[in-house]
Amino acid sequence: MSIQNISLSGRKKQVSNKEMTLGERLYIGAIAGGMATTFKHLFKKKVTINYPEETRPFSPVYRGQHMLMRDEEGRERCTACGLCALSCPAEAITMKAAERKPDEKHLYREEKYAEIYEINMLRCIYCGLCEEACPKQAIYLTTSKKIVKADTNREHFIFGKEQLVMPLEQAIRNTAKSE
Amino acid sequence: MEEAIIIEKSVIIVAVFAITMLFAMYCTLAERKIAAWIQDRRGPNRAGPGGMLQPLADGLKLFAKEEFMPNTPNTFLFVLGPFISMTMALMTSAVIPWGDTLEIGGRKVVLQAADINVAMLYVFAVLSVSVYGIMIGGWASNNKYSLISAMRVASQMISYEIAMGLSIVALLMMHSSMSLRDIAAGQHEMNWNIFYQPIGFLIFLICSFAETNRTPFDLAECEQELIGGYHTEYSSMRMGFFLFAEYAAMFISSTLLAVLYLGAYNYPGMTWAAENWGENAANGIGIAVLFVKICFFIFLYMWVRWTIPRFRYDQLMNLGWKTLIPLAIINIVITAVVLLLKS
Repeated sequence: MSIQNISLSGRKKQVSNKEMTLGERLYIGAIAGGMATTFKHLFKKKVTINYPEETRPFSPVYRGQHMLMRDEEGRERCTACGLCALSCPAEAITMKAAERKPDEKHLYREEKYAEIYEINMLRCIYCGLCEEACPKQAIYLTTSKKIVKADTNREHFIFGKEQLVMPLEQAIRNTAKSE
Repeated sequence: MEEAIIIEKSVIIVAVFAITMLFAMYCTLAERKIAAWIQDRRGPNRAGPGGMLQPLADGLKLFAKEEFMPNTPNTFLFVLGPFISMTMALMTSAVIPWGDTLEIGGRKVVLQAADINVAMLYVFAVLSVSVYGIMIGGWASNNKYSLISAMRVASQMISYEIAMGLSIVALLMMHSSMSLRDIAAGQHEMNWNIFYQPIGFLIFLICSFAETNRTPFDLAECEQELIGGYHTEYSSMRMGFFLFAEYAAMFISSTLLAVLYLGAYNYPGMTWAAENWGENAANGIGIAVLFVKICFFIFLYMWVRWTIPRFRYDQLMNLGWKTLIPLAIINIVITAVVLLLKS
């Protein structure tokens, strides 16, 4: 067997430049075949969806926007240890720690908390490593359909605590549900 | 009596004009919808129920856009171009028989704006003028690409008009009349011309595609090499007029195809319907039948657009001059021989 005849896929074909017959050169058969193909597509299932009314199902491993969790008493879990920032491959997370005052016991769970906690959403790659690194189970990439809103100003993509911390009502609702 | 005729004619003229405009409008929607369906998409469905108000929205948008005028040596011609295209596309509809007679208020109303006995000559005369609109528009744009595109259109339209005219000659010989009304009436029941003139029909169909600048003959509008074509410099409603003229021409040529080859308003069982339900009802159904036929051809135009790729320029010329014209002449000779043998 010569090397020219070897075909791994079994679909190898010899190219030929043979003259077309008269029937082929009229192209009528080819055109009719093409028309039949396009006509069939008229009744095929549409691949597009009516977006705002319908949405495509999210994958089970979908990672949405970050959320800083509260505990069952509504206190912020984050203790500003910096492990999330350290594990972040895109270096999107920055934070500044502060010490808890005695009258702030109802606000923060640990004695240290994040005074500033910022995520640059333009840098974040949603890898989920911050979620894995967090020893306090404070940061999560939610499975909600919450998506970072489009904007023309780059400054607006740096999310502070006001956008990241779980709203208090939601924490109360979650606690009520679990009890 | 004289006044009644004037009123009757005015009503018919307005109706014909309105129908042509309406069809041309909804052709744009149909085009987008069918294009979408063939590509497994949904198409416009936001404006109105199922997107039915989309043509109005498109029109509003075109009116609201900025009218850009290039630095052209002749502003008048630049503005004139789209209007010539538009007028010529609409003028053909005057001689088309939309149906047989209808009896309204004791009067026999002929459903045709103008029953002239040189209708075919008139159609070809008007069709050949429509090339001026594109030519003038392309030239006045002061843009080399537009000029090249306009030249292409001119040569294409002229070469295909010859084949189109020749394909009609055989038909005129068969009916020995140039009046569209006579040709329509001569195809009673199922005596449609397509069965007697299949080659002529095919030539006329291909030439209609070329005449209306539709794919696969839309060399006038090449995004790739002519950045748009003859209407590159046109914007807003002026551009809209060019597109509108294209759709109006498409509607008119669909109508011509239906009238000349697919039996116009005739349908099998017409005599039976006239006997049982009366002349008026039979002719009323005839109008609907004609519109179904027209819609079929409009659909065919759009269907072909998404099937057959665009011709190269030399292929286009080869097809026109070396294939269609000889074929049309052979068709005339065959028809002549058959008619001679019959008589």
